[in-house]
Formats: sequence, C-alpha cells, structure tokens
Amino acid sequence: MIAPTLNAYLALSVLLFALGLLGVLIRRNTLVVFMCLELMLVASTLALVAFSRFNGTMDGNVFVFFILTVAAAEVAVGLAIIVALFRKRQTIQIDQLNTLKN
Amino acid sequence: MGPFLFNLFAVFSVVCAAGVVLNKNAVNAALCLLLSLVGVAGLFVSLEAYLLAFLLLLVYAGAIVALFLFIVMLLDTKGDARPTLHKLPLLARVMAFALVGAGVGSFVVRGQLESPDLSRTPALGASLKLYAYQLFTTYLLPVQILGFLLLVAMLGVIVLSKKFDGLDDIK
Repeated sequence: MIAPTLNAYLALSVLLFALGLLGVLIRRNTLVVFMCLELMLVASTLALVAFSRFNGTMDGNVFVFFILTVAAAEVAVGLAIIVALFRKRQTIQIDQLNTLKN
Repeated sequence: MGPFLFNLFAVFSVVCAAGVVLNKNAVNAALCLLLSLVGVAGLFVSLEAYLLAFLLLLVYAGAIVALFLFIVMLLDTKGDARPTLHKLPLLARVMAFALVGAGVGSFVVRGQLESPDLSRTPALGASLKLYAYQLFTTYLLPVQILGFLLLVAMLGVIVLSKKFDGLDDIK
C-alpha cells in the first residue's frame, strides 16, 4: 500500500504520461493516437492538481481549467481533420498516410 | 481520503490507460479511456479538487469520449494490427532502455520532493468561490482568449467539415 504523498501522485502522473506517449509511438490508427494524446494531457493535469493541493496554491487548479478548454477545442478540430482525411484518402492508418515522406 | 482509495484509483487508471494503448479495437480503446478518466477524476476527489473532478467527467468523459465514439462509428475502420516494437534497431533499443533506466533511477534516488502535511495545508481547490475569484481577476485575459479560441475552433470545424465544390463556392 503506497501512501498518497506528492511523490506518489507525480510518479502516477509520469506513468500515465509515459503510457500515453507509448501509445502515440506504437499505434497505427490515428484515432487511437489521438486518444493517447488526450491521456497525456490528463496526466499533466493530475500533476498540476497535485502540486496545487500540496503547496496550498490555486494556480495549478486554474491551469487545469485552461487545459480542459484547450483539449476540448483541440479534439473538435483534430477529429474534423481526421474525418476530412478519411473522406479524401479512405484510410486513417498512419503508415498509409505517407505522401509527404518522399 | 485514505491510502486504500488512492491505490485503488491509481491502479485502476493505469490499468485502463494500458488498455487504451494495447486494445486492437478502437471502440474498446475509447471505453478504456473513459474508465481511465473516471480513475483520474477519483484521484482529483482525493486531492479535494471536487469541481475539477466533476468538470473532467463532464467535459472529457461526457463530451470528448462521446465524440470519439461517434467518429469511430462514422469511419467504421477495421481492427488495428497488434502494436509491435520489433522494427527498432538494436542500438536504439539499448539506448531507450538505458534512458528509461536512468530516468527511473534518478527519480527513485534523487527526485524525492518532501510532501507537506495535508491537514495543515488549506484545500483551496475545494472552494468554488476561489475559482471564480481567480478566473475573473488574475486570469481574466486568458479566459477571454480561451473564449476566442473556442470560437475559432468552432468556425474551423465548420469550414473543415463543409464540402466545397470549387473556388466559386468559397466566394
């Protein structure tokens, strides 16, 4: 049983962030890559809230507000781009979207 | 909140996050993301940021994951291949493991932040009034910029999802 110290929260946040990064690196489906990006954002908000609580300040909590808003806007635009891409290319697999590679 | 609930939510969110990464099916990945967010919201409650936990559930679990599920349904892609790590050269793998080992080692050995006694630190995140005060005084300009950002994103999504028949359509 691990005590809920600041270190434990930060380690958990790092772990979640690393899992999201792993997903971004190894997955081939653009939608899942995008979900893993969201996971990384949430992991960073966890670190902010933990710092805010343990230091008795308010700024981290307010920043989480902003991150949530930016994430919502980002998801809307990103998913619209993915849908437009699918309309044009009929695929969202990353290894088939390599027009700019050569 | 006791250590038991912290451990429970921590293990739950990490296991579900691993589910997002490893699931072949995009729908299952989205649902794992939802469960992982529920775990993180529980951790927010354990940090006494009740409003943020509620917002996380409302915005992320309610809106964003639902949007993901809609798009998965709309695009109807086939299952992904099982994610692999085999294509890396040996040198890259050795370097990656060394870097991860160095990172974890330095975190364990040197990265110990002292954590203050929570009963003596005020839980500012629990009071709604403080959020309102901060958002409308110190952070007034960022709030307005965010509103503008949301407007721009909305217009961008409308433009992206509209079908243009040529240059005449834009004029």
